[in-house]
Amino acid sequence: MTLAEILASLFPEGHDVAVTDGLVAGDGPFWGGRLAVIGVDGNTALGVEGACRLAGCVLDVVRRGGGTPILVVVDSDSQRMSRRDELLGLNEYLAHLAKCLLLADRGGHPTVGLVYGHTAAGAFIATALATRALAGLPGANPSVMDLPSVARVTKLPLDRLEAMAKDTPVFAPGLDNMVRTGAVHAVLDPAQPLGPQVAALIDGLPAADTRDALGAERGGRPVAQAIAAEVARGARLG
Amino acid sequence: MSERITDPRAASWYEASARARIDGLLDPGSFAEILGPEQRRMSPHLPLFDLPRAFDDGMIVGAGRLDGRPVLVAAQEGRFMGGAFGEVHGAKLVGLLRAAPALKPAAVLILFDTGGVRLQEANAGETAIAEVMRAIAEVRAAGVPVVGLIGGRAGAYGGGGLIAGTCSRLAVSEGGRISVSGPEVIETNKGAEEFDSRDRALVWRTMGGKHRRLTGGADAFADDTVAAFRAAAIDLIGRAPAFDLVTLEAEQARLEQRLDRFGDCRDAAEIWGRLGVNDPAAVPGLTAADFDALLAGLAETTHDAR
Repeated sequence: MTLAEILASLFPEGHDVAVTDGLVAGDGPFWGGRLAVIGVDGNTALGVEGACRLAGCVLDVVRRGGGTPILVVVDSDSQRMSRRDELLGLNEYLAHLAKCLLLADRGGHPTVGLVYGHTAAGAFIATALATRALAGLPGANPSVMDLPSVARVTKLPLDRLEAMAKDTPVFAPGLDNMVRTGAVHAVLDPAQPLGPQVAALIDGLPAADTRDALGAERGGRPVAQAIAAEVARGARLG
Repeated sequence: MSERITDPRAASWYEASARARIDGLLDPGSFAEILGPEQRRMSPHLPLFDLPRAFDDGMIVGAGRLDGRPVLVAAQEGRFMGGAFGEVHGAKLVGLLRAAPALKPAAVLILFDTGGVRLQEANAGETAIAEVMRAIAEVRAAGVPVVGLIGGRAGAYGGGGLIAGTCSRLAVSEGGRISVSGPEVIETNKGAEEFDSRDRALVWRTMGGKHRRLTGGADAFADDTVAAFRAAAIDLIGRAPAFDLVTLEAEQARLEQRLDRFGDCRDAAEIWGRLGVNDPAAVPGLTAADFDALLAGLAETTHDAR
């Protein structure tokens, strides 16, 4: 689905969501209230300015209060890779955006992510992965790094990586693999109106972070949940 | 052999192993590891890639005392897989952070030394980083400071840089580098004209501890010794910001101002000049004491909401 199709499906009565320089911001009427939307469209790389603007939008929602839920829509590149972005402290900008989403969520603004295109690495962590529940649409392609780059870094032949990718969800790019590791909670049905599906996600938001439990259940992250639980149980102050 | 007779606190943080850093950082003999190497909780994925495993997966977690106060501690071992986040590595940190809101330690200390996500376990590592950031928000909201210490060989790159940006306070040394895309990644993707990764002076200037401290990306600059990081950690715990709207609005203003003031700068030396540093070229050579004296004369460096 394109962003226009997604917005039309979410807001059949119309909306005030606009895209500027690949950044998505605005809101629309949703189940008797409003749904705020922020995000990245058009495979845009997320740099310092973009992260700062989106974070400002999130803080505006929090300041207005009222428990308005926030949908984070993502079709992005990775973080913008440049000397200038790193010189200016890109890690702080991306972390700030994630923190604003985490604060909003804690403050009663349910946060839901929706990946409908590509996204990768730091841009993924700062946006969709900082929401309480992340959904995907068929055709979405979230990844950490594409296989040719993985081949370069790991010095493994690409054909071998491609063969391994078929049955090893823990490292291979793609929506299915992110579902299996528990990062993506659910895949939405583009043939049905998205409004009720997003509303159902908001109603069913888990109280705690359940991604490692999902990863164990779905087999994509076999040990993370058990390890985290074991460490948490074993922690005692001396 | 010389390690046994050397004062662990005089050791170089950069050169020390993760365990040596913890030993020297905390009160002597106070550290109790959780899920230690004897438990052999190794990566289930690395054998697929014919890669050696570590009994602790490069992450050491536990509890101890700092200046008499109880703390939780996590340390990454940069010598194993560049300290990268794999499934077990990440889950150990997630578990430690999840214990903190109920235990209410004086702080959680994270000793960063990481290149980011371990590509052989990329999806697990990426998801773990997101879980860590959510857990840090919960810990901070419970009133427990999360203090990051950065001065290892691998720096704090990729998702490690984002986690660092989520901490309440950060101490960094000259050798500590904080960044999202590393020099090699930028060069590979954008070319050597954009970033020449072999130009080490450029790397330190753009991502190194002094630049981050000068521009507000870190709260303390430490000498490269375990003792200096200990002193910095003790100090930072006492002045950690709350995790609330006031702090994040102040951070928003801080980051917007940085773009306004320095958005057109091409090099760190230009930024330092605009900050009021008289001789930017001399900054890389300053000792920690001289650097602190320089900082004291610059107003912006106290602007540290995060």
